[in-house]
Amino acid sequence: MEQRGGTILAVEHLTMRFGGLLAVQDLSFSVERGQITALIGPNGAGKTTVFNCITGFYRPTQGRIALTNGTPLSRPLLDRLTGSSLRHLREGTNEVFLLERMAGHEITAKAHVARTFQNIRLFSGMTCLENLLVAQHNALTRASGYSVLGLIGAPSWRAAEARSIERASAWLERIGLIGRADDPAGDLPYGDQRRLEIARAMLTDPVLLCLDEPAAGLNPRESAALSALLRTIRDADGVSILLIEHDMSVVMEISDHIVVLEYGLKISDGSPESVRDDPKVIAAYLGVDDAEVAGAEAELDATVAGRST
Amino acid sequence: MGIELCSWGDMDYFLQQLVNGLTLGSIYGLIAIGYTMVFGIIGMVNFAHGDVFMLSTFISVIVLLILTQILGISSIALALFLVLIAAMVLTALWNWAIERVAYRPLRGSFRLAPLISAIGMSIFLMNFVQVVQGPRNKSVPPLMTDLLVIPIGTSNITISLKQIFIMATTALLLAAFWYVVQKTSLGRAQRACEQDRKMAALLGIDVDRTVSITFVLGAALAAVAGVMYVVQYGVVNFSDGFVPGVKAFTAAVLGGIGSLPGAVLGGLLIGLIEVMWSAYFSIDYKDVAAFSILAIVLIFMPSGLLGKPDVEKV
Amino acid sequence: MRDARNKPLASGRPATIAAFKDAALVGLATLGLGFPILAYRTEQNISNQLIIEPRWALAFSFAGLAFALRLAWLMTSAGRSSIPTWSMPVLSKRAGDTISRAGLGILLAYPFLALWITGPGGAIKWIDNFGIQILIYVMLGWGLNIVVGLAGLLDLGYVAFYAVGAYTTALLSTHFGLSFWLCLPLAGMFAALWGVLLGFPVLRLRGDYLAIVTLAFGEIIRLVLINWVDVTGGYAGISSIPRPTFFGIPFNATETGFAATFGLEFTPLHRLFFLFYLILALALLTNWVTIRLRRLPIGRAWEALREDEIAAKALGIDTVITKLTAFAIGAMFGGFAGAFIAARQAFISPEMFVFMESAVILAIVVLGGMGSQIGVAIAAIVMVGGTELLRELDWLKAIFGKDFDPTQYRMLLFGLAMVAIMIWKPRGLISNREPTIALGAKKSISSSLVREGHG
Ligand SMILES: Nc1ncnc2c1ncn2[C@@H]1O[C@H](COP(=O)(O)OP(=O)(O)OP(=O)(O)O)[C@@H](O)[C@H]1O
Ligand SMILES: [Mg+2]
Repeated sequence: MEQRGGTILAVEHLTMRFGGLLAVQDLSFSVERGQITALIGPNGAGKTTVFNCITGFYRPTQGRIALTNGTPLSRPLLDRLTGSSLRHLREGTNEVFLLERMAGHEITAKAHVARTFQNIRLFSGMTCLENLLVAQHNALTRASGYSVLGLIGAPSWRAAEARSIERASAWLERIGLIGRADDPAGDLPYGDQRRLEIARAMLTDPVLLCLDEPAAGLNPRESAALSALLRTIRDADGVSILLIEHDMSVVMEISDHIVVLEYGLKISDGSPESVRDDPKVIAAYLGVDDAEVAGAEAELDATVAGRST
Repeated sequence: MGIELCSWGDMDYFLQQLVNGLTLGSIYGLIAIGYTMVFGIIGMVNFAHGDVFMLSTFISVIVLLILTQILGISSIALALFLVLIAAMVLTALWNWAIERVAYRPLRGSFRLAPLISAIGMSIFLMNFVQVVQGPRNKSVPPLMTDLLVIPIGTSNITISLKQIFIMATTALLLAAFWYVVQKTSLGRAQRACEQDRKMAALLGIDVDRTVSITFVLGAALAAVAGVMYVVQYGVVNFSDGFVPGVKAFTAAVLGGIGSLPGAVLGGLLIGLIEVMWSAYFSIDYKDVAAFSILAIVLIFMPSGLLGKPDVEKV
Repeated sequence: MRDARNKPLASGRPATIAAFKDAALVGLATLGLGFPILAYRTEQNISNQLIIEPRWALAFSFAGLAFALRLAWLMTSAGRSSIPTWSMPVLSKRAGDTISRAGLGILLAYPFLALWITGPGGAIKWIDNFGIQILIYVMLGWGLNIVVGLAGLLDLGYVAFYAVGAYTTALLSTHFGLSFWLCLPLAGMFAALWGVLLGFPVLRLRGDYLAIVTLAFGEIIRLVLINWVDVTGGYAGISSIPRPTFFGIPFNATETGFAATFGLEFTPLHRLFFLFYLILALALLTNWVTIRLRRLPIGRAWEALREDEIAAKALGIDTVITKLTAFAIGAMFGGFAGAFIAARQAFISPEMFVFMESAVILAIVVLGGMGSQIGVAIAAIVMVGGTELLRELDWLKAIFGKDFDPTQYRMLLFGLAMVAIMIWKPRGLISNREPTIALGAKKSISSSLVREGHG
């Protein structure tokens, strides 16, 4: 299937400014193909903002976001693309996209980056099955002859529709929701909605799947099931994953690579072990631990005492 | 005709139009405040507001006739003062009742429901006035016809007393109104409701009452506009709510919906644009100009001149 | 008022007194509302002076009525429970289909039924004023339903496309002699084109703002029709638009006319029958296309857009194209309806395309229940048919005197009905959403989950 290894997404010098607030500052990191990369950091660190830049919802103030489709990222090709005014460039099997130049829907449709949202955004008044059919919109639109074949009910359209329903059912089966296919998505319990949103994103045929806090609000059992699901997406579907997550048990268990943000700045980047042991991460993300707090307090007391004498 | 201000004669004409524009603009501004306040506090375009204004013009005319014909008051100033008070009170009562019956039950429900209800109210008001007062134009004899001639340089501009009256009253009432919404607890309650209605309610603000008062104030100002309209033009008709309503809404949007000074500024601008357009281009297309401005402002700067931009976080 | 109602009215005297007080306040408020506007009527006298005539009896009777109604309300059980809720019986799919089929049968037989029951004289009224008139609004409602109900785009200027269709037909047939059957598709195409043109600049707008801009566009088009006298005839409009023919055979008393050709006796009813089936066919076409499109990717994309535009974008849906197709297809059906009205009336003028028409059509869509085809049809029948029925209430003159003209109250009641239905059922008469596809049995989706769209 797809070639293993190599960079699939390169974020370089990404800066996002909202008025006076620098939500992301000069951030560079890369996502390797076939890996699960986690983006972690305290609340308000700018993680969702990075996602929004990658998926075209925000236009970055500065920086380059390159995605490759196929072989590992080819630097000369990327440089040629950057120099041009094009949005993507293809050369043989190499294809590079500059996501910061593309509109949101193109990023999904052409560059094949899919995402989920921190606050679930399912089509709550549509059934689970309908949600999964909407995800196949672009392929189905072509199959429906831009509605013409669909209107007259051409056999080729019927076949394509049947296939799309099959794919959707297969995913419903996989996430254990086949029994609720005809129920409105808004009626599902929280954990099921999270899984349905992932399935919906997967049905857009992504090469890179961006998940914004998929384990938020899940109980431990659901979290474990989620971890398993994400692993099969990586291993069986061959889709690379970029993951924002606060639940450290999930992050440490499934990530191949972790990037840590704080106040929009990258403070650490590496394997789960190296990040876990990084003192900066411990201080910033996990909070200063009790012993250290006690120590700092003692020091402070001493200073204050020293001054007053 | 082009806009060439080469001679004093033209200048004279221009100043004259300026005064006319500001008069009309005051009326639009007063109506616009009603739109802006209601939108600010419950996020709804009160479609019937133009018709509330129209209703107030009828109330003004009838009260004026009662005062002059039945009670025999001969002092125009006194009569107008009483008309102003009566129109403000009665129109406020109407708007209070409208909010109570047609909008309050729908607060917090489906978003389109209040809009449809307001459109229904607008249709009702228009036809109600038509049924009870008849479809024909109602005209009152000209009021305050005295002219003031103000020499400027070598030329004179004439301002009618009524124009001075309109602008002065508008300014005065706006100042009073401004004081109310800025300095009193009512104003604070209003702003709190604008920010977050649920939170305001939790903090002990009587949201229903605050919304009611907003409608009452908006209607009172629309009634002031109604009296001014009667003074200025002297003719009222049941169908005269829609167009001024849309123009006042344009003014509110132009000024930045939710912003009170914006509404007044927008009103003055729309009044000036309309008058200048008619004076220098074509009277036929003056409404096209107003509607075009509305569309252009909404499309290109939806937060208006003085409004806050509205961003949606993903 | 409401506060008093929500307080549990304990049985016994205090409750009665409270109810009386409340009702008295309502009566008093009504009197206040009616004070100058009901209590005095303005009248132009012979010397063209405006005078007023007191009419206090009227004001007092309204106040008394309000008092009595309020009291009755408070004293009956309805007032004691909180807001009364009735729910429409939920129809099974089988029953729904049966009703649809029966409805279609009745529609097909309608002109003959009218003729049979009321005779040739009465049939004209029942076919024209009721049948055709209602079907025009059903069709317009269904057309607008694509934009508002499915795509969730609030359009208050729909009448503009109706106007474009009507003027296209009028101009092409009077200037170039094109037949109705050529004008019909052209009218649809032009309207669709205008749908795209007007849709394009407003794509970014949401909700109420979109509504107001579309309103502005609708008014601009009407004002241009008024002022561009050379082409449109201004206020005078365009008259002598050729009538539609039965595929080339005119409906007249000549030898080549419809009656002669088919060996029938000439009667104006032939044309009416034809117009009735024509608009019925157009309306059913609109319905069929809408139902089909809902099951295609484009229709699902419209609904996805209404549910959550951001999520739709994240799934690779081009929201610009999707919105524009909704505008274009909705406009196209408006254009068809416009072509029909031009041919039916043989005369059009800008006054037929005022904002009120847009408001009425939107009201039909929202009152029917956004997105529900059958709901829209019911709303059109109730609202348009109901107001048309007022024309039939001449006998009321016997009660209220000769000057009483029930048709005057048409729009007044229309407005009140809009308010009342919204309060009673804010999501419209039939608010449940039917899924477009199902693995098992289709279950309709409660309106509380269905979103209404932002734009
Ligand atoms: N559209 C916007 N306009 C203004 N400020 C924004 C916008 N989006 C995000 N921000 C700000 O940028 C900062 C980073 O926000 P972001 O949502 O990216 O944080 P996060 O890391 O995802 O936090 P959390 O873990 O709570 O989800 C915050 O201070 C936020 O208020
Ligand atoms: Mg976040």
